[in-house]
Amino acid sequence: MSVLAFVRRHPLMVIGGGIVGTVSLLALLAPWLAPYDPTDINVKAILLPPSWQHWCGTDILGRDVFSRMLYGARVSLAVGFVAVGIAMVIGVPLGALAGYGGKTTDSLIMRWTDMMLCFPTFFLILAVIAFLKPSIWNIMIVIGLTSWMGVSRLVRAEFLSLRQREFVLAARATGVPALRIIARHLLPNAMGPILVSAILGVAGAVLVESGLSFLGLGVQPPNPSWGNILTEGQDNIQIAWWLSLYPGLAILVTVLGYNLLGEGLRDYFDPKINGRQ
Amino acid sequence: MRAFLVKRLLGMIPLLLGITMISFAVIHLAPGEPSVVGQQMNPRISAHDIERMRHYYGLDKPLTVQYWLWLKRLVRLDFGKSFSADHRPVIDKISERVPITLLINILAILMMLAVAIPIGVASAVHQDSWMDRLMTIFVFIGFAAPNFWLGLMLMIWLGVDLNWLPIAGIHAYGWQHMGFWAQQYDLARHLAIPVFVSAIAGMAGWSRFMRSGMLEVIRADFITTARSLGMPEPRIRYRLALKNAMLPIITLLGLSIPGLIGGSVIIEKMFSIPGMGQLFYQAVMARDYPLIMGILVIGAVLTLLGNLLADVAYAWADPRIRHGGKQ
Repeated sequence: MSVLAFVRRHPLMVIGGGIVGTVSLLALLAPWLAPYDPTDINVKAILLPPSWQHWCGTDILGRDVFSRMLYGARVSLAVGFVAVGIAMVIGVPLGALAGYGGKTTDSLIMRWTDMMLCFPTFFLILAVIAFLKPSIWNIMIVIGLTSWMGVSRLVRAEFLSLRQREFVLAARATGVPALRIIARHLLPNAMGPILVSAILGVAGAVLVESGLSFLGLGVQPPNPSWGNILTEGQDNIQIAWWLSLYPGLAILVTVLGYNLLGEGLRDYFDPKINGRQ
Repeated sequence: MRAFLVKRLLGMIPLLLGITMISFAVIHLAPGEPSVVGQQMNPRISAHDIERMRHYYGLDKPLTVQYWLWLKRLVRLDFGKSFSADHRPVIDKISERVPITLLINILAILMMLAVAIPIGVASAVHQDSWMDRLMTIFVFIGFAAPNFWLGLMLMIWLGVDLNWLPIAGIHAYGWQHMGFWAQQYDLARHLAIPVFVSAIAGMAGWSRFMRSGMLEVIRADFITTARSLGMPEPRIRYRLALKNAMLPIITLLGLSIPGLIGGSVIIEKMFSIPGMGQLFYQAVMARDYPLIMGILVIGAVLTLLGNLLADVAYAWADPRIRHGGKQ
């Protein structure tokens, strides 16, 4: 298939992938791309509106907002990836166990999952982060520990339908051990939905992190994050709109990119939709 | 129906027990002590005094004993007294904060329904039209924008630039002296941005669900049958199809409650709204254990009740479940 045909067939995936790639590249290359040191205080350049010198203006301490946003991207993406990694490490095995294990295991795990879904998780995250010292590691761990439920339900549902299929029954009849069936026959077939859910999960984690930072419980100043620049934005809401506008746009575009990529991949893996087109 | 309700209500008890157990463990096992014990306030406090304070608040007992004592009081709806300087009963502190949080969230849910259902139906009926495309873009953006950022933008635009709406609190100065309708109008002006901002993600997500639900139903056999029997098209769409497509929305309603309650922390803090979320933020910052546990329990109960309500609505709307439950 030519590149052009692929783009026309999967526009969501291409746009989303493009955004995700660009943001990741900007984050990786932040030290080389940033025109200023993100923590450099300059009392002669306090709260300057956007200009050619400072693309996104400067903050209350005269720091360059564009440079701070570039470094903020690193925080958001790191939190997104690690938190989702943790959620996957918990959710996939639990879902596999529930979907392929016995009735009792299944109902025990699902009860636990349902309970976690009823939890006002943001309250718990907030409490834990406030009690432990707010640090990027704690945030990753806590978000990961409270966001595995979707994946585990998804993997369970996939496994429940896959386990009845002929190739799995054949493997079982020939005496292939359960663990091997899971690893060789079930997981690879469930990979598509898992990947989609992971990518959408990154978007969710980025949003939660920005919310925590906005509340002052995320990345601590002077280190920049999109959420804590927005806090300064609200503090100076009457005089400096640029502090509120740009970091929020950065979050929006990043989350949008991951959501589009996730939706695009979902269509890509869905034989019903893919076959129709 | 009654058996179904009783079963569901009884099923809530172990869930609630589990939720309180986890919350209790997580909150008490975290390193550090509540500020009431005093070492942060006064550096010269002696080890003996700290021990005395811990004993006074029962923090020196083993965790399981503390949980058991707390649970025994909870059964009598006694949430204990706040650790903060006013030492007021937790239940009083929470109950004066719940109405405004509930009001905002219920208004937000109504707004989500009022916007999402028409958008979803219209997008599905006119699939792939320019309106459908436009709505899809709105859905993706609404889903990706952090709601507190949208709140900031609306504050700057409607509050600061145009000076139309207030940007903090829930009452104007001197509202006590206004007439009844003036008071309601004042409240509505203060809540307009917070409610809209709380509802935006839900509006986006639900309209998407509504669209796909509607698309699926429209292709179902019973719709074709109705059409072949000569039922008028509007009636097919807005009575027959809509009713069936709304079923998944009811489930979503239950699932979105924890998010709404959790989200109220950010919204209430940024708009200085004296609700449960703001109280929770203050409680967390002061490590007010009884108050934190109280709010977590109330939050969990609200979530469970919301889920129950959604289930009841589902059973009411779907005769298959209603009759299946009787067996």
